[in-house]
Amino acid sequence: MSTPLEHDYIGLAETSSMERSSEKLSSSSSSSIPSIEDKTSKTANDTCLNLKETELRLGLPGSQSPERKLSLFGQDLETNDKSNGFAGSPLKNLVSGAKRGFSDAIDGSNGKWVFAMNGKSDVELAKGAALASPRVGLDSKTNSQQAKTSVSVMKEVVGVPQSPKPVQDKNNLVPPVNDHAIAPASKAQVVGWPPIRSFRKNSMASNLAKNSDEGAGCLYVKVSMDGAPYLRKVDLKTYNNYMEFSSALEKMFSCFTIGQCNSSGLPARDGLSESRLMDLLHGSEYVLTYEDKDGDWMLVGDVPWEMFTDSCRRLRIMKGSEAIGLAPRAMEKCKNQN
Amino acid sequence: MGSYSSELKRSKDSDESARRSSFPDEVLERVLSLLKSHRDRSSVSLVCKDWYNAERWSRTHVFIGNCYSVSPEIVARRFPRIRSVTLKGKPRFSDFNLVPENWGADIHAWLVVFAAKYPFLEELRLKRMAISDESLEFLAISFPNFKALSLLSCDGFSTNGLAAIATHCKNLTELDIQENGIDDKGGSWLSCFPESFTSLEVLNFANLTSDINFDALEKLVGRCKSMRVLKLNRSVSLEQLQRLLVSAPQLAELGTGSFSQELTIHEYEDLESTLSNCKNMHTLSGLWDAKGIYLPALYPACSHLTFLNLSYAALQSVELAKLLAHCPRLKRLWVLDTVEDKGLEAVGLNCPLLEELRVFPADPFDDEIVHGVTEAGFVAVSFGCPRLHYVLYFCRQMTNAAVATIVQNCPDFTHFRLCIMNPGQPDYLTNEPMDEAFGAVVKTCTKLQRLSVSGLLTDLTFEYIGRYAKNLETLSVAFAGRSDWGMQCVLGGCPKLRKLEIRDCPFGNAALLSGLEKYESMRSLWMSACNVTMNGCRLLAREMPRLNVEVMKEDGSDDSQADKVYVYRSIAGPRRDAPPSVLTL
Repeated sequence: MSTPLEHDYIGLAETSSMERSSEKLSSSSSSSIPSIEDKTSKTANDTCLNLKETELRLGLPGSQSPERKLSLFGQDLETNDKSNGFAGSPLKNLVSGAKRGFSDAIDGSNGKWVFAMNGKSDVELAKGAALASPRVGLDSKTNSQQAKTSVSVMKEVVGVPQSPKPVQDKNNLVPPVNDHAIAPASKAQVVGWPPIRSFRKNSMASNLAKNSDEGAGCLYVKVSMDGAPYLRKVDLKTYNNYMEFSSALEKMFSCFTIGQCNSSGLPARDGLSESRLMDLLHGSEYVLTYEDKDGDWMLVGDVPWEMFTDSCRRLRIMKGSEAIGLAPRAMEKCKNQN
Repeated sequence: MGSYSSELKRSKDSDESARRSSFPDEVLERVLSLLKSHRDRSSVSLVCKDWYNAERWSRTHVFIGNCYSVSPEIVARRFPRIRSVTLKGKPRFSDFNLVPENWGADIHAWLVVFAAKYPFLEELRLKRMAISDESLEFLAISFPNFKALSLLSCDGFSTNGLAAIATHCKNLTELDIQENGIDDKGGSWLSCFPESFTSLEVLNFANLTSDINFDALEKLVGRCKSMRVLKLNRSVSLEQLQRLLVSAPQLAELGTGSFSQELTIHEYEDLESTLSNCKNMHTLSGLWDAKGIYLPALYPACSHLTFLNLSYAALQSVELAKLLAHCPRLKRLWVLDTVEDKGLEAVGLNCPLLEELRVFPADPFDDEIVHGVTEAGFVAVSFGCPRLHYVLYFCRQMTNAAVATIVQNCPDFTHFRLCIMNPGQPDYLTNEPMDEAFGAVVKTCTKLQRLSVSGLLTDLTFEYIGRYAKNLETLSVAFAGRSDWGMQCVLGGCPKLRKLEIRDCPFGNAALLSGLEKYESMRSLWMSACNVTMNGCRLLAREMPRLNVEVMKEDGSDDSQADKVYVYRSIAGPRRDAPPSVLTL
């Protein structure tokens, strides 16, 4: 397995298509965060990604990757044979009758609708967020924070049909994208949707755990980080212990935590792999957690590395403030192992 | 004309009254006892007082679609000879976590009345009820003749309750535990069936996750010679399955356990030959983690198969195609969308008798998914299966044209449940709303009883539904519509509407109140995350005293908003067991 794995997938050949797409996007949207657009070319994802795509896709269950034209958001930048003959530009799709009607509904309503956007007060936003029951997604123990996050994302997403701009401008009452763009890995962003009974959801979840990416002798899992605009994927099989893993993660996410993940100050330690990870992340006010096969969120580092890779389905780098109750344990664990 | 017909009528009347007075009640009751459908019985009971009485004395099975629409005392008073009860409790959206916990629908009060009034109760079938272990134990010891227990989508109990049933119900023929919120504490409950117990015909524990004592199961299956339905859970291996089937080749319905153990050639051949001995098998399910290489073992058992449930087996298209080639008689098929459009093409090619298709999403929450099924698969099935009348289809893209083609090929739909998983998604080719799709459905499928809509929908969809869906009884709506007018169309049309469930739609008080008279002819209305306010609900409650209007508030929501509203008719008055989060207006 090669080192800095992520570089294998970036490749210069892709930047041209990404640049094309980001040009297209910047011509159709009037405001965007420049720094994030710069990062577009660095994404490891092999599909054309940009911030807008990321924002949009993160909200919705079942929303399609750009190859599949997701016309609701009209953001697909790949020209699709089917759509070419129909709409001149993605932006045109946005203002087609259907979507205008949709946004009309939003405007014309009494403003109590959970997806209503313009000029909504924080109270209503919070109300909308609270409308999502705490029990979101596969795991009924998912906390209400996730629900709030997900509903906020839904709001942003639904506003897009008007144009990408409102996401930034009109919804200055919506918290900045960066804080909410990543919902925790639990995918059910809308409570009870799609309408599938819990038993089936849970069965499928454990099916996925067994089948995900195992065939090729690699074990790709998603890594999300609170506040980052997009997720990454790592192959757990490329690392032999927590130490390697943590430094890889650190590199991957350092762009989001400049000044916080500073490995140079930490002495190299052998054999204390678990605690080093905790030190690293503890020092940077982040906590590394993972979702195991049962759907529970666990602190990384408690179990031997092999057991961890066996049971880990996805990772989340959680802000320390959310992980009250987890972080102190991390501290104690470090102390014990030192 | 006038005098002649009135004379004729008078003479007819006197004939009839003469006939009636000489018609013994016993005979009437005997005749009526042959009536099984509860709707027919309801009609019969309305004819006249004699018939009402004859019907109530001859009824042995009662179906209660909403446990709060009536009280157990009222039921017991009217029907003195009940031996079988079917009860449904929570609103359907509780399956999707939209109903607060402790909402209600507890069976215990019913059991207490039944123990007093129906000591010979034999069957209890519950859906979306709350049932505790104590209640299960009470059930097990209160009814010496108890035969059949079926629990679907219920919660509040654990395997300890099942142990009580197994221990005490000496005459049990059916134990059917499906998709419940059960606290699985282990498999020892199965060992509680006594050695002398031989009457079990139906055993379904596919929902449970923990290991059971296989030895106990094998012995149980061995001594219950009348067993016809056996649905195992995932913990039962292929080898164990083979051993069970050796002693139960008469099974009509089989749910396998895990279908993925490493088998030797010899073991595989044993399995294949044992399965080929199951000549009566018409229903097959389970197949957890099915490995393609073992599926051929099933082929000999599939020739008479009418229902194949592959919804827990993530098969690929080729595997499904090969399997279906051996299932020519298939009428019902449930699959995961891992089979993709190619798999569905195979359905169209191999299953001309197909009446029901359900396609479930294997990974409903992954936004990077690039497979699954599309409109093409559905269209392919419709071309090959003209008898299709029930469909549940989860997909990520759909077009108006495809749906129009589908219903043209299959005009007999009674249940059309289409779930485009991305809320509010339009026709992906034309970018138009999906109004015309559902318009085509209701215009073409005149027998339509149940409809679930999805995708980007304007009020036009609901205009169509109101105008054309004359037989529609159940309508599910999510993320759709533009204004109150949509809901008003439905409430103003659809003469047979019984259940209306709506979430996340821009329907407000005007829409809610437009159905005032309608709600009494319906079983229930659910509206959540719409624009309805508390005042609107209060007005409804005031105007319609025979309706129960319940509002569930979310934490932190605006005081004036009615976040979730559940309205239902009831002759039992407002319920008294509502938790604090449920306000009865």
